[in-house]
Amino acid sequence: MGRTLAEKVWDDHVVRSHAGEPDLLFIDLHLIHEVTSPQAFDGLRLAGRAVRRPDLTLATEDHNIPTTDLDKPIADLVSRTQVETLRRNAEEFGVRLHPMGDIDQGIVHVVGPQLGLTQPGMTIVCGDSHTATHGAFGSIAFGIGTSEVEHVLATQTLSQAKPKMMAVEVTGELPEGSTAKDLILALIAQETTGGGQGYIVEYRGEAIRKLSMEARMTICNMSIEWGAKAGLIAPDQTTYDYLSGRPSAPTGAEWDAAVAYWDTLASDDDAVFDKVVTLDASKVTPFVTWGTNPGQGVPLSASVPDPNSFDDPIERESASKALTYMGLTAGTPMRDIKVDTVFIGSCTNGRIEDLRVAAKLIEGRKVADETRILVVPGSVRVRLQAEEEGLDVIFKDAGAEWRGAGCSMCLGMNPDQLTPGERSASTSNRNFEGRQGKGGRTHLVSPDVAVATGVLGHLASPADLPELADA
Amino acid sequence: MDKFTAHTGVGVPLRRSNVDTDQIIPAHWLKKVTRDGFEDGLFEAWRKDPDFILNKSPYDKATVLVAGPDFGTGSSREHAVWALQNYGFKVVLSSRFADIFRGNSGKAGLLAAQVDDKVIQRLWDYLEANPGATVTVDLESRTVKAGVGDSAGPSPDGEGAIEDSFTIDDYTRWRLLEGLDDIGITLGHEDDIAAYESQRPSFKPATL
Repeated sequence: MGRTLAEKVWDDHVVRSHAGEPDLLFIDLHLIHEVTSPQAFDGLRLAGRAVRRPDLTLATEDHNIPTTDLDKPIADLVSRTQVETLRRNAEEFGVRLHPMGDIDQGIVHVVGPQLGLTQPGMTIVCGDSHTATHGAFGSIAFGIGTSEVEHVLATQTLSQAKPKMMAVEVTGELPEGSTAKDLILALIAQETTGGGQGYIVEYRGEAIRKLSMEARMTICNMSIEWGAKAGLIAPDQTTYDYLSGRPSAPTGAEWDAAVAYWDTLASDDDAVFDKVVTLDASKVTPFVTWGTNPGQGVPLSASVPDPNSFDDPIERESASKALTYMGLTAGTPMRDIKVDTVFIGSCTNGRIEDLRVAAKLIEGRKVADETRILVVPGSVRVRLQAEEEGLDVIFKDAGAEWRGAGCSMCLGMNPDQLTPGERSASTSNRNFEGRQGKGGRTHLVSPDVAVATGVLGHLASPADLPELADA
Repeated sequence: MDKFTAHTGVGVPLRRSNVDTDQIIPAHWLKKVTRDGFEDGLFEAWRKDPDFILNKSPYDKATVLVAGPDFGTGSSREHAVWALQNYGFKVVLSSRFADIFRGNSGKAGLLAAQVDDKVIQRLWDYLEANPGATVTVDLESRTVKAGVGDSAGPSPDGEGAIEDSFTIDDYTRWRLLEGLDDIGITLGHEDDIAAYESQRPSFKPATL
């Protein structure tokens, strides 16, 4: 019987398989950041254990760090302590670290692919739920807790029960004006936040094949938002073209050997998936969330739903609570919702292509009077590339703020936070209560919608923007 | 890790679905570098509301959390499990747990027991009608009980007693029952790991 892509990658990493026990999987790459690692390193110290494979481990600073005043020490003492703890741990255990100020610093899920460390057919873990981002290369990548971080540090393996397999067949082609972000938001709304629970999902079909690597990363990034263990996409020429020449990509004969292996990484025609769901990409339009979980979304052209329209009593209750928290009234057209802050960045949409799209749209326009736009590149290299292309100047001329790299307002662990009642349109991945700051209200959007919203001051798509007069 | 066999304690109904880990422990608490001291951050935003159930006696002494579906979604933060444990919870019941949360619970020694949605509904009703009533969760027999021979309840052994089974994977159950250290178990398979390492393709990337 044929195997799925995920089954092939899984099978190639089984160190030990024993009836009645989860498989012991070898981990090819372990990514680390300051927030979920200190207690794991403490555990190693207490037990007198070493990091088994520092050569398969990489650390970066991203969650806590400020995006302004980068030449000064971190003002928040608790954040500073956490970052300094990572530096001490990296030094003591021999782990490579890209700290603040380093050219390769950035959000861990932007840095891995950028360095060419993320390649097809790997197992990649990180103490961060958005690790599925790396699945865009045809790898099994997933988030783990701190106890598991310690386990991987000590053994370079992880015990895992094999998840079920799901195929997401994305038919048709994304229409002009619709993006990968709209596609994944529409899928999550269709399948709900628990729909992927217990599965590794493979995104496939015509629309997926046509996406760039960065757009594929946006899709895989949000796999966790519908509960999936991991999400992945079979590698192809687009993948190889992205990888070729990156610092950690193989070269010469090693490249040829790698490609020969990567070419085998597709689900067999007779592979059996436990579940198949379909989505017609040609029907996807700009999509936004109205509630407090990523499944509570609608097309931008729709209105805030009436909680009574939900059949399930728990969903009805959840919708009703969400509307209260979000300060929204059922029936309000989404386009009528005024927005205070626009955040462009995060491991979902903080890559160079996202910034190019945003800059192109905002060029020649101005941020609305009562709105602010924060642009936070996903990594230092993304920031430098954008500056080389003059994108920073375009953003600043339009009245947007151009910041240093990091997770920033996606989760508001650094000073970039919403104030109570403040409303954002955010290209990040979570609209949970208080996610971007206590009492903050988040609408998840694509970079296109983010810019149009920032310019018009209410939720909007690029099609709503007035034409620019010819220069 | 301490062995877990069975636990009886005050149950608290949390009538909410999609309780994400940002609600369980907000991000600003994640700057701590220890595993303890998270109890005041548990459900921090909701606990500002005096009517929130954990602010009401005797629910504030609860050790068994009876939660709605999709509990523990979102961020991988194990701090969510530590916050529940630091507060005093030993068991969380839900009809559906997010994967990472369930995994983290098993590693840290918090019992995440999956029960049928109907059982959750009955427990909610029972615990609201009988504040301070206890719930017994037996890992050995994989059963959850409430109102059975319970002197706190209005009708011990009577009508409305709840007794049902819960789901937990065999391996996690065994580890919890024995209180085993995962890393210790894996290091027992050192030969297998070394054998795997010796045949990894040379084109795989390295960070050093």
